[in-house]
Amino acid sequence: MTTPLLSVQGLTMRFGGLIAVDSVTFDVRANDITAIIGPNGAGKTTAFNCITGFYKPSSGSVTLNHPSGVTHHLEKMEDHRISRDAKVARTFQNIRLFGGMTVLENLMIAQHNMLMRASMFSIAGVFGLPSYRRAEREAMDKAMAWLERIGIADKADEPAAALPYGQQRKLEIVRALCTDPVLLCLDEPAAGLNPKESEELGSLLRRIRDEFHVGILLIEHDMSVVMEISDHIVVLDYGRKISDGIPAEVRADPAVIKAYLGVDA
Amino acid sequence: MTQSDQSHPSPVAGIIKRSLITLAIAIILFVPTLLLKTQAGGGSEPLYLLYRWQFFTIGSGLVLVWRIGYELWSWNKAHQHRTRKADTKPAPVDHNLGRFVGPLFLVAAIVMPFMPFADRYILDIGILIITYVMLGWGLQIVVGLAGLLDLGYVAFYAVGAYSYALLAEHFGFGFWICLPLAGIFAATWGVILGFPVLRLRGDYLAIVTLAFGEIIRVVLLNWRDFTGGSNGLSNIPRPSFFGIPFNNGPDGFAATFGLEYSTLQRLIFLYFLILALAILTFYVSSRLRKLPMGRAWEALREDEIACRSLGMNTIMTKLSAFAIGAMFGGFAGSFFAAKQAFISPESFNFMESATILAIVVLGGMSSQLGVVFSSIVMVGGIEALRQLQFLKSIFGQDFDPSQLRLLLFGLAMVLVMLWRPRGLFSTRTPTVFFREKKSVSASMISQGRG
Repeated sequence: MTTPLLSVQGLTMRFGGLIAVDSVTFDVRANDITAIIGPNGAGKTTAFNCITGFYKPSSGSVTLNHPSGVTHHLEKMEDHRISRDAKVARTFQNIRLFGGMTVLENLMIAQHNMLMRASMFSIAGVFGLPSYRRAEREAMDKAMAWLERIGIADKADEPAAALPYGQQRKLEIVRALCTDPVLLCLDEPAAGLNPKESEELGSLLRRIRDEFHVGILLIEHDMSVVMEISDHIVVLDYGRKISDGIPAEVRADPAVIKAYLGVDA
Repeated sequence: MTQSDQSHPSPVAGIIKRSLITLAIAIILFVPTLLLKTQAGGGSEPLYLLYRWQFFTIGSGLVLVWRIGYELWSWNKAHQHRTRKADTKPAPVDHNLGRFVGPLFLVAAIVMPFMPFADRYILDIGILIITYVMLGWGLQIVVGLAGLLDLGYVAFYAVGAYSYALLAEHFGFGFWICLPLAGIFAATWGVILGFPVLRLRGDYLAIVTLAFGEIIRVVLLNWRDFTGGSNGLSNIPRPSFFGIPFNNGPDGFAATFGLEYSTLQRLIFLYFLILALAILTFYVSSRLRKLPMGRAWEALREDEIACRSLGMNTIMTKLSAFAIGAMFGGFAGSFFAAKQAFISPESFNFMESATILAIVVLGGMSSQLGVVFSSIVMVGGIEALRQLQFLKSIFGQDFDPSQLRLLLFGLAMVLVMLWRPRGLFSTRTPTVFFREKKSVSASMISQGRG
C-alpha cells in the first residue's frame, strides 16, 4: 500500500476533564473520499478542527504526506500555515463566506498568498506593474473557471450573502479549492441541502476527486450522501473510533448499528 | 382592501395626541435649560433668575412643528406604502455619484485659494478641513476596511507632530526629510499598538486603543525634558518651498519668483501641501483597497476565521492595517506641526480621536467621498456657525451660535444614525468585477467585530 495522504495517529483532544476525541487513528488516501460519521457529540468536528489546526490536539500526531514527497506535521502548525504550506483547505459547518464581498472577491481572497507575492506585498501593485496585473488576470480566470463548474458564473458580481443557501455551500467549497489544496476537509457539506442539491454536491465532490486529484475528508450526517459517495468511512462514538472501512463493511458493523440505534444487532 | 381602509381610523387624533405629548416633554426639558438662567448680579441680589421667554417659545414651537411634520411625513409614507406595495428599490447611486462629484471637489479645492474671497480665514478653514479629510481617510483603513475600532488614532497624529518638531529641533532636519520619517515612526507605533491588541475584538479593542491614545498624550505631557511638557514645543521651523523660504528677504519666495511679498503665499503653499498629502492618502488607500492587501483587510472585517482557513496570515494583515493607517496619521501630524509652528499635548486629546472617528462613521465606513462630505459638514459647518451673527437679532446680543457646536454635533449624529445608520454613503464598491460593477448594499456588509 502506498503512503496515505493524511495519517492520524492516536489523536486525543481534552477540554479540561472532557475527552472529546480519544486516541483516534485513521488514514485518508489520496483520490479517496473519506467520511467521518457518528452520532451527535461523537467528536467529529473536534477531530476535524485538530486536523485543520483550529484546535491544538492534546496528544497524537497528524501527518500530511504531500504528493511531492514533503511531510508536514499538522499538529505543530498554525491554522493559516496548514492551509498555506500543507495545502489542506476546509469549509465550515455554518457557512463562513465573506458576505459583503462579491462571489468573485471571495475566490480572489482564497488566492491571497499567491497574489500577495505577485504584488510584491503591494509594492508592485501600488505602481500597477504588469506582472501583478497578469497574476490578477490569472487568478480571475481560475475563479471564473470554478464558478462555471458549479454553474454560478452569472452571479460572479453578486454579493455572496445574496446567494441562495445551496449555492453558498458550493461557493464555500470552490473557495477552499482556489487555495489549490491536496486535501479538502468539508464539515457537513450537505447540511440544509434538499435532495436534488445533495445529489449535485455528490457529483461535484466526485468530480473534484477524479478530475483534480484532491483527497476529500468530510463529516456528514446525511447517510444517503455518505453511503453513496464515500470510498472509506470512519465512525466515531463518544470520541472513540468504533469502525473503519468501506461503506458496505461499516453498514454491516454491529458496533455502528448499536451506536446509531442503541440496540444490540 | 376596502375593509382594511374602513377599519383605519382617522390619523388626526393620533397625530395631535403624540404632538402634544412631545410638546409637553419639550416644555419639561426646556424650562430648566432654555427658560431659566441664573445671572450673577451685584448689590442686594447677588444671584437672580433670568426668564428667557423668547428662547423658550421658539424652542418649544420648533419641537412642535418638527413633530407634526414628522407625523405627516411618516403617515404619508405609510399611506404610499399601502397603495403601492411593489415599490422599486432605490437605485444605488453612490458610486456613480462619486465618479462625478469627486473630481468636482478636487477642482474646487485646487482653484479655491485663487478666488478673490480666499483670505487668511478661508484658507485656514480649508487647511483644517483637508487635514481632517486626510486623517479620516487614514482612519478609514483601520476602522472601515479592516473593521478594527480604533479610538486612539490621534496618538499617531501626535507621534507625527512630535517627530517633526523634535527632529527639526535636535538634528536640524528639514520638513521634507522629517515627513517620511514621521510616517515611519507613526507606522512603527501602529505596529507597537497592534501587537498587544491582536487577540482583542470589539469593545475590548476600543478600550485598549483609547488607553493607548491617552498614554501617548500623558507621556508627552509629563516627559518635560524631552517634549517640553504642557508648554509644548515652539519655534518649529516652517516648511520652505523646496529650499526657498517664505520671507521678505532677497532669497525669499516672493523675490525669487518676482512676486509681491505677501504672508498669504506661505498659507497657500501650506494649503497645497496638505492637499497633495491628502491626495496621496487617497491614491494609496484606494489602490491598496483593490490590491490583495486591501481585500484581505476587508475579508478580515467580514470573517477572520474564514481568512485563516484560507491561509491568510491574519496577524500580518492586522498589523499592516494599523501601520498604514498610522502612517497617514503621522504624515498629517508632521504637517500640523509645520503649519502651527507650535504643538502641545492639548492638541491631541480624545476629542480629536472622537471627531476623526465621527467623520468616518458619518461619511460611511467604506466611502472615501463620504469622509469628504462629513469633514466639510463637521469641521466647516462648525466654523460656519460663527458666521451666523444674524441669529443675534433673534435671540439677543448674548447669544453665541458657536456655543451650539456640540449640540448640533450630537443632533447630526442622531439624525444620521436614524436615517442612514451605516453612514451617508454606505454601499460598498467591489474591488474586482467580472461583467459589471454592482454596489453591495450596506445590509450585507459586516461591520467587523474587532
